[in-house]
Amino acid sequence: MEILLLLILLPPLAGAALNGIFGRRLSQAVVSLIGCGAAGLAMASALAMAWMYSRSPEEPAPFIPSYFTWVEAGAFRADFALYYDRLTLVMTLTVTVVAFLIHLYSRGYMEHEGGYYRYFCFLNLFLFMMLTLVTAANYLLMFVGWEGVGLCSYLLIGFYFRRRSAAEAGKKAFVVTRIGDAGFTLGVALLFWTFGSVDFQYVFTRIDDFTPGYMQGTLAAAGLLLFLGAVGKSAQLPLYVWLPDAMEGPTPVSALIHAATMVTAGVYLVARSHVLYAHAPIALTVVGTVGVLTAFFAATIALTQNDLKRLLAYSTISQLGYMFVGCGAGVFAAGIFHLVTHAFFKSLLFLAAGSVMHALGGELDLRKMGGLRHRMKTTWATFLVATLAISGVPFLSGFFSKDEILVAAYEGPLGHRGVFWLAVTTAGLTAFYMFRGLFMTFHGPSRVDPAVDRHVHESGAKMTRPLIVLAFFSVVAGYLSWPQAWGGAQRFDHYLDPVFGRSMALLTAENLRPVAHGWGHWALMGLSLTAAATGILMACWFYLRTPEIPGQIAARFDGLYQLLVRKYYVDEIYDWLFVNPIKRLSDAFLWRAADTSAIDGVMVDGSANATLGVGRVLRRMQSGNLRSYATWVLLGAVLWLGYALWR
Amino acid sequence: MPLTHILALSVILFGLGAAGFIIRRNIITIFMCIELMLNAVNLAFIGFSRYLGNLDGQIYVFFVIVVAAAEAAVGLAIIIAIQRNRETLTIDEIDSMKM
Repeated sequence: MEILLLLILLPPLAGAALNGIFGRRLSQAVVSLIGCGAAGLAMASALAMAWMYSRSPEEPAPFIPSYFTWVEAGAFRADFALYYDRLTLVMTLTVTVVAFLIHLYSRGYMEHEGGYYRYFCFLNLFLFMMLTLVTAANYLLMFVGWEGVGLCSYLLIGFYFRRRSAAEAGKKAFVVTRIGDAGFTLGVALLFWTFGSVDFQYVFTRIDDFTPGYMQGTLAAAGLLLFLGAVGKSAQLPLYVWLPDAMEGPTPVSALIHAATMVTAGVYLVARSHVLYAHAPIALTVVGTVGVLTAFFAATIALTQNDLKRLLAYSTISQLGYMFVGCGAGVFAAGIFHLVTHAFFKSLLFLAAGSVMHALGGELDLRKMGGLRHRMKTTWATFLVATLAISGVPFLSGFFSKDEILVAAYEGPLGHRGVFWLAVTTAGLTAFYMFRGLFMTFHGPSRVDPAVDRHVHESGAKMTRPLIVLAFFSVVAGYLSWPQAWGGAQRFDHYLDPVFGRSMALLTAENLRPVAHGWGHWALMGLSLTAAATGILMACWFYLRTPEIPGQIAARFDGLYQLLVRKYYVDEIYDWLFVNPIKRLSDAFLWRAADTSAIDGVMVDGSANATLGVGRVLRRMQSGNLRSYATWVLLGAVLWLGYALWR
Repeated sequence: MPLTHILALSVILFGLGAAGFIIRRNIITIFMCIELMLNAVNLAFIGFSRYLGNLDGQIYVFFVIVVAAAEAAVGLAIIIAIQRNRETLTIDEIDSMKM
């Protein structure tokens, strides 16, 4: 099993190395074979590993092979060790399956783009880093993956680096997530300082032995610092600003970032550190609050976005908020479940949007789409499935996971009525803006540019087949956890019980809350259904029946509309508050004063000038005149002798 | 004969050599001044050797004579080369490595 676990990680790394080094000289067919093959092998290993682990007698105890000592300095020691339990199993399967499908889709999507080999190299590296992140057995190794996905996101968002906006978006993603990474680093340092180790097993066992409330301050601080890292990576308030700009990358990359890799890292981090949070409920409350505020905030922005991919980006931020609501309520399994289902339908949405983009020659403006339903049947059907799923329509995956999160927010150990109602409202908003996107893209009269209109066509099988597979998963992934109210067993949640059970029990013991039974669950479900139905019907009414209404409303509430279209002016505020002062500081102080004057002027040029000056003086001594040399020698000898005698 | 006499002669000879080295312009004269200084040192060696009843000083003198012979050979060769190339032996005019 040790080797097999390693085999999940190695193929993407090997693929990235092969394509990175030799890719330039290989044909597209070979490059895509290496890239997709590596992702496929990783998926096969992940499946085999899941099967082996499930059959092993130790299961569900975590399997922690240590391969070699990686860092050893004084009391600090970190092994290259991997951690495999049921949570890792779920994560590796989700990541590899979705990533593999995106790799396959990319073959078609990137066919006519430059830098084919570069693309697949980065894609594989991205997958490798994410898998390192989810399989690491200590915070330090996790940090490698954590930074690795940051790097790869930078490379891939800025893939079209000749376009200035893409390069800037890549930079923004890197810098903004770096703020969170600082929190992560500090959190890990605090844990090391407290426990003398960064090993999951060791740290969590130690915390587990604490009586509840012991060292709560330290643990809460560590939890909050780690959550700051998660906020950066998972694009939560206030560090979400990089994600919408990340749309500058190729669309499959957006799918990868939003579904399988990168943004889910934060949720995974919180879930993995569940023991820590269970002993610091204050931190967990912050997690849930930030989550629900982000969910609502991003959903309101998504209402007015006219760029299809940006709409999806804000929806991702909103859905990630949901996951944190689940975790924050103390029901980590619900958050992870939503992560899994979301991975499928969000990657599907992005890939379908990519297919639309492909057909329209790169057009993303919803106002220049419409009526594509008949000409892109597969794309339309799959997009519809994903939209239904994310809106929370029954019998599709999103319904089940979202329902679990709402139940968690209502009756979870750290649930809260306010969080619950905001989450329900967000569900309604989600349904509305997703259907708005669907209707404006595929339904109604065509608003496509006539020049482009003639070329509209369904994408090739290379692209549509992954869509169909993902649509299948988007439907059935929810059946993993048939809700209790429907006589189900919530199999998925109970599957993760060995992982989260103790933390859940601890939190529940600390914070007893009334639990809804029987009809209560139906009522909660009814509420979420009502919200979703309202959203969908409103979207139908606004964008199918009477398309003039949205314009009228926008004109009526112009202030509010502008506020939403401008995304609450957050980018502008950040520019004013942080970016411009830093720019000015850099320009006036760091560049002109520190670099040009101090470093360049005094140190670099200064040392050269000093040498030159001294040389200019000393040069006089070397006249070439033998007799003056002799005089110097004599003078030196006399002085030396005089000194020796005088002494 | 007391040591002081010998040393005094040695100092006078060395002083003459050093002064000549600095004052004179002709390379051959300078060269002879070097020889004078060497032999002043030799004389001091011999004097100390005799005063201390120790042969070490005399052995050093042999070394100095041998080295001085080699030096004379090389030095004169250089002087001839300079004379051929520059057609002058005035030390003040020979102040650069370049021709």
